[in-house]
Amino acid sequence: MNAPLAAVPLTAKDFKSDYKPVWCPGCGDYSVLSAITKALAMLNLRPENVAVVSGIGCSSRIPAYTTCYGFHGVHGRSLPAATGLKVARPDLTVLVASGDGDGYSIGGNHFVHACRRNVDLTYIVMDNHVYGMTKGQPSPTTEPDWSSKLAPGGTGLREFHPLVIALASGANFIARAFSGDPNGTANLIAEAIRHPGFSFLEVLSPCVTFRPEQRQWKDRAHPAPVAATDDPVRAARRILTDDGFNIGVLFRGKRPAFKTGGAAPTHSPDDLATAFSL
Amino acid sequence: MKKHPPRRKPQPVTGAYEEFMSRAYTMELEAIERYAQFAEQLDTHNNREVANLFRKLSQIESLHAKRILEEMKWPSMPALGAAYAWEGPEGPETAPFGELHYLMQPYHALEIALQCEEQAQQYYESIAASKAPRRVRAVAAEMAEEEREHVRLIRDWLKKVPKPAAGWDRDPDPPRMGD
Repeated sequence: MNAPLAAVPLTAKDFKSDYKPVWCPGCGDYSVLSAITKALAMLNLRPENVAVVSGIGCSSRIPAYTTCYGFHGVHGRSLPAATGLKVARPDLTVLVASGDGDGYSIGGNHFVHACRRNVDLTYIVMDNHVYGMTKGQPSPTTEPDWSSKLAPGGTGLREFHPLVIALASGANFIARAFSGDPNGTANLIAEAIRHPGFSFLEVLSPCVTFRPEQRQWKDRAHPAPVAATDDPVRAARRILTDDGFNIGVLFRGKRPAFKTGGAAPTHSPDDLATAFSL
Repeated sequence: MKKHPPRRKPQPVTGAYEEFMSRAYTMELEAIERYAQFAEQLDTHNNREVANLFRKLSQIESLHAKRILEEMKWPSMPALGAAYAWEGPEGPETAPFGELHYLMQPYHALEIALQCEEQAQQYYESIAASKAPRRVRAVAAEMAEEEREHVRLIRDWLKKVPKPAAGWDRDPDPPRMGD
């Protein structure tokens, strides 16, 4: 985070656009939107110094609902777009919004390499274990035995474990939040933004339409019993053995962020076009 | 992009009584905003009846907020201390986002409101029974009494609203969100 701060503190409302969200009532993403706007206000940022980049899916609608700069991009490709933006404009605070389908399936490869590159981005994935926008197909994080009209008897496939993948790939900050706690989520988002390098925040965000049983997540989510560690080995053990509902910062790494900015470009885009001209 | 008009920094809160009243005011503000958000969400899904009910609840809360401002002779909300935070995930009178459903009925909306009023009552009761300064405890007891009255009113209201039949949320063709 290195964007200029607001001279007079703004409120969460200043970060909300006039577009009304069209998510299903009860969707966890409303709470995540509220948490993002609260976190930006908490950090005393200004909307014109923040960019929100997304792919496709319910969660990827978020850029339009904020007053920040936004980019609603191609399915699964939010991280490459955000990486390019941050490298070209290191002065901006760049948030990336995604879901479990967009982020772990279609964009799974970009997720791994974004963790590895460690560019100073904050990646917020709203995970509801289902493709909600397209009517409830199983996603990479869906339980193998979740039976539905579209996958009778379940897929039988092992779930993707995003936090372990992020840790193994080099993410510098790993946390889990629950949308049922908007203020707690706002604090975690603020912490993720402040932490240098690639920060990954997995938000358990129920889909009340296609996974109504996820309403019970409020009874399962609980604060992580131990403080965050900077030791990847200890973090790996904790993440692999937790119940999937530990809320809080799970890993706070010390790897230096990918260096952005630096010397001014020596070639213009026209030079590049000339090099490729036939 | 929205333009930000120049704004004065809010004056800091001084004293336990002012701190308590600013909390009470914030509690009302959060409830107003959340009910208004719920109304918008239900409007989007063409559930006008419940949207209008949430709008009404938001208006009722705004009357309470206005009364606090008038009593305190505050032109606007003063700034809360840095350590200020609710004990729970949100304010005691703020309805959680996850309780809604696009097919919900007025009965469900009133159940949510009842829960919020009960939580607010418990919040004020706990302050009235605490070791807070006497003036704060006295006002907290008054507010708890007001919330108790709201609980009674909503319970009466619930008796006049039809209870939803089993399977009220069954939908053979649930929504598809076009991108």
